[in-house]
Amino acid sequence: MDATDRYSRQILYPEIGPDGQRRLGAARVAVVGLGALGCPAAALLARAGVGRLDVVDRDLVERSNLQRQTLYTDADAAAGRPKAEAAARALSEANPDVEIVPHLRDLSAADADAVLDGADAIVDGTDNFDVRFLLNDWAVKHDVPWVYAAAVGASGLTMPVIPGRTACLRCLFEEPPPAGSAETCDTAGVLGPVTTVVGALAALETLKLLAGREDAVRRGLLQLDLWHNDLRPVAVEGPREGCPCCGRREFPFLARGRGGTASSLCGRDAVSVRPAGDGAFDLAATRDRLQRAYRVVDVGSILRFDVDGLRVTLFADGRAIVHGTTDEARARAVYARTVGS
Amino acid sequence: MDLNVTVNDERRALPAGTTVSDLLALLDLRVDLVAVERNGEIVPKARHAETPLREGDRLEVVTFVGGG
Repeated sequence: MDATDRYSRQILYPEIGPDGQRRLGAARVAVVGLGALGCPAAALLARAGVGRLDVVDRDLVERSNLQRQTLYTDADAAAGRPKAEAAARALSEANPDVEIVPHLRDLSAADADAVLDGADAIVDGTDNFDVRFLLNDWAVKHDVPWVYAAAVGASGLTMPVIPGRTACLRCLFEEPPPAGSAETCDTAGVLGPVTTVVGALAALETLKLLAGREDAVRRGLLQLDLWHNDLRPVAVEGPREGCPCCGRREFPFLARGRGGTASSLCGRDAVSVRPAGDGAFDLAATRDRLQRAYRVVDVGSILRFDVDGLRVTLFADGRAIVHGTTDEARARAVYARTVGS
Repeated sequence: MDLNVTVNDERRALPAGTTVSDLLALLDLRVDLVAVERNGEIVPKARHAETPLREGDRLEVVTFVGGG
């Protein structure tokens, strides 16, 4: 092997070796969500020489992304470029040998097959529970490994899922929590080094899977609170007996319309967003969280706040109207990262 | 008599008869945001109320994270 070769240092690492590198070059990975987790994960996988990378995102680059979303430039934010497009360009510049396929879309049950079919592994770079349960159902149904990754504040959580052999997301967390119940990066803040660590861990487990080294893949969860120097592995023995997903093979999140709905309001520059599930929505708790980051106008049973040039009106049942756009994906994206879904 | 258990690497003395549900209430955690592992096995939510903790149990309570 030539020491000047692009992948020489990785091939020198004996657990990868020339054989592992060949496997990487023949593999296809989908990175779903190109925020602060998806950026480092996609960058590392592209640089590692994965054969094909499908990069998926529904949102536009904004100034408030740049502190941690490492694939984007100030010019991307100024132009409001779609993340999938800006990421594809940055990744191609980093490694032109990788086939990068951008998908500018809001991944849903209806188009999961079109985006994910053929993937050897899926990396979770999303920012909401709905898509993660969709990914888990899809991956278990089609027997494709995926890596759950999430972060908020200085905390992170990640777990590789090898269907049938390790626990899946629903073995642990049976249902997505109700909309508005968990912290989001828009309300609790988030640190770039933390998301980069979690995204890199997801990329590493993916490399092990693609290199044919399932034996080396971490079993169970890794919980991190990096501000407080706390890294805690939570070993989870194989699939949980009675798990609705990997045990009983029920895939409710693949039913169309399950992931919440967004519909453009005819004749108005606005989109109505309805969260998934029927969990009780807590408007007061959501207001308290939103107030940390936004000026929230509380009109009794309705909250109103502005974000990135859009105005969000939030109702007591969790439904919202996002004014200032007719783009349903953008409205859902704003909902997911402010209210949380 | 007290019950000695370890929760997230921290030793705790709890009243005898404490269940997984009681523990979550004590920690002020919402059941729909956590997964509970007891001695290496996940305790399904439907069994939280009927699962008493036993002397020497090791528990991990993991809070679901959705951001990214």
